[in-house]
Amino acid sequence: MTAAVDLKNVVKRYGPVTALHGVSLAIADNEFFTLLGPSGCGKTTLLRLIAGFEDISEGEIRLFDKDIAGLEPNLRPVNTVFQHYALFPHMTVLDNVAFGLKMKGVDPVARRARAGQMLEMVHLSAFADRFPSQLSGGQQQRVALARALAPEPKVLLLDEPLSALDLKLRQAMRVELKQLQEQTGITFIFVTHDQEEALTMSDRIAVMSAGRVQQIGTARDIYEAPENRFVADFIGETNLLQVDVAAVREGRATVVLPGGKQIVCPASGTSSGRHNLSIRPERLTISDNADLMATVERVVYLGTDLQVIAHLDSGEPISLRLQNAARVSLPEPGQRIGLHLEEGGARLLAD
Amino acid sequence: MKGVRHYPGFLPLTILCLVVLYTPLIVVAVYSFNASTSITSWGGFSLRWYGEVFTGREAARFGQAAWNSITIALMAATTATVIATAAALAMVRGGPFRGRQASFALINLPLMVPEIVIAVATLIFFSTIGLRTGYLTILLAHITFCIPFAYLPIAARLEGIEGTYEQAARDLYATRAQAFRLILLPLMMPGVISGWLLAFIISLDDFIITNFVKGAGMETLPTAIFGSVKQGIKPNIMAISTLMLLVSVLFVTAAYLINRKGRQSP
Repeated sequence: MTAAVDLKNVVKRYGPVTALHGVSLAIADNEFFTLLGPSGCGKTTLLRLIAGFEDISEGEIRLFDKDIAGLEPNLRPVNTVFQHYALFPHMTVLDNVAFGLKMKGVDPVARRARAGQMLEMVHLSAFADRFPSQLSGGQQQRVALARALAPEPKVLLLDEPLSALDLKLRQAMRVELKQLQEQTGITFIFVTHDQEEALTMSDRIAVMSAGRVQQIGTARDIYEAPENRFVADFIGETNLLQVDVAAVREGRATVVLPGGKQIVCPASGTSSGRHNLSIRPERLTISDNADLMATVERVVYLGTDLQVIAHLDSGEPISLRLQNAARVSLPEPGQRIGLHLEEGGARLLAD
Repeated sequence: MKGVRHYPGFLPLTILCLVVLYTPLIVVAVYSFNASTSITSWGGFSLRWYGEVFTGREAARFGQAAWNSITIALMAATTATVIATAAALAMVRGGPFRGRQASFALINLPLMVPEIVIAVATLIFFSTIGLRTGYLTILLAHITFCIPFAYLPIAARLEGIEGTYEQAARDLYATRAQAFRLILLPLMMPGVISGWLLAFIISLDDFIITNFVKGAGMETLPTAIFGSVKQGIKPNIMAISTLMLLVSVLFVTAAYLINRKGRQSP
């Protein structure tokens, strides 16, 4: 099957600075694909290369098998939802939504009808004759979406579109975006630094850092089987412990935990020696069947769960999450506790 | 924090400045309504000098001069605004290029060079290339010194417009030309209009450069007034001056209001 967007060894340089070091990605048709990473990781640059606002320095960029390198943005069947929406302030909402159709030469009656439909889809029909400055942030966001979707692009690019909205609205929009994507069948490429956004909406996620793709996979893949330290640390919370690796066989490693206990856990391409072991805080429980011994420092109440901050006997910090169920007893600061590691709760990382 | 009103000497200094700046204007404006021929003693209210301007002995001369001034100002302001808009686009949207600083200095040079120097230099230039002084030389000189006045508000406006609007237009299948015409130009219009109004006023008011390059027999309103005043100040001059003051105030106010309104909207 042809990929909607196919990038091969894409390099982008700005003078002496290299923003992207040979990125290769294949995004499938009809996929909700997210580029996730901290600011400056190159995710927005990648989006701008696909939109055509910038040109690649090296490599190949294809859209449904057509080479689009060097093509002007108006000649690419790709539309963008900008971070601050960039709605045209001197045009009404309806004219904004109809703009792309007008530029494509759709006649006035047809484009007004189509723009009307798009506004209906984002529940803003009543606002067609308003100007963007008369709308709230959330409404402007919907207009931007309707405007980008109206010309029926083959790929929709979204540049942190939810970052300017407040929390409740952001959560509602996540659901709505996902529904829109399923409803329209258009490939969405979504850029964000918010891992929760990425995990809740995406079919697949590319985690980026320092101009490189660190890992591509489903939300579950990257959360449960991070390939390296950056991914493990960036996605969710994790405890990283330096451990000695006794043996590695068929993707499973035997490691020695601080305190001497040996466990077998999945490993991402490592050899023996000293490596980082990633343990998710929710995969640890307080138990007499202890893999690790620790002393409690603090218990933080977070509503749905509790965070216990402790340190191991070897001195390394460790934290765990406990469900806020009707518990008989909570650990007290200073108390020594045994920590049990759930089966598959730890993963050995390559670097 | 204390306001500026509490600075020592604020009140006397302010009054002094206001008096020096505005008393002459007020005197001219008031005496233009004087019924007597004297320019110092008040003889009652009358519009006779305004009538004199339009029907009196010098009416034809002033009429021709006013026509020259207004047509030159219209053409000079329009041409200068087009050039200034192109310059602003290159400077603000053109990205970094060699000689950017030098270009900026060059555009604004007429603001810094003493006007008399420009006047002499322009005259020498025209005579060197063999252009006869007259209507055309005034127009060319006016276009030149109007450019920076038109440039400044246009560039300021353009700097306040985010580049993403044009990108959004390009992304939505607009060509470069369409993105400019349908998006950028309407957004920068307040700056363009106030630039044009300023250029128009600067052209209408100019005396020194015009006086050098106008040639014999060609007059604009300022040079005609000056010529008339040399034979003694008559109240009709005050009436003309008051009319010019009114036009200037209206244009500058319009430029200010358009600029302010433009800043509020997007």
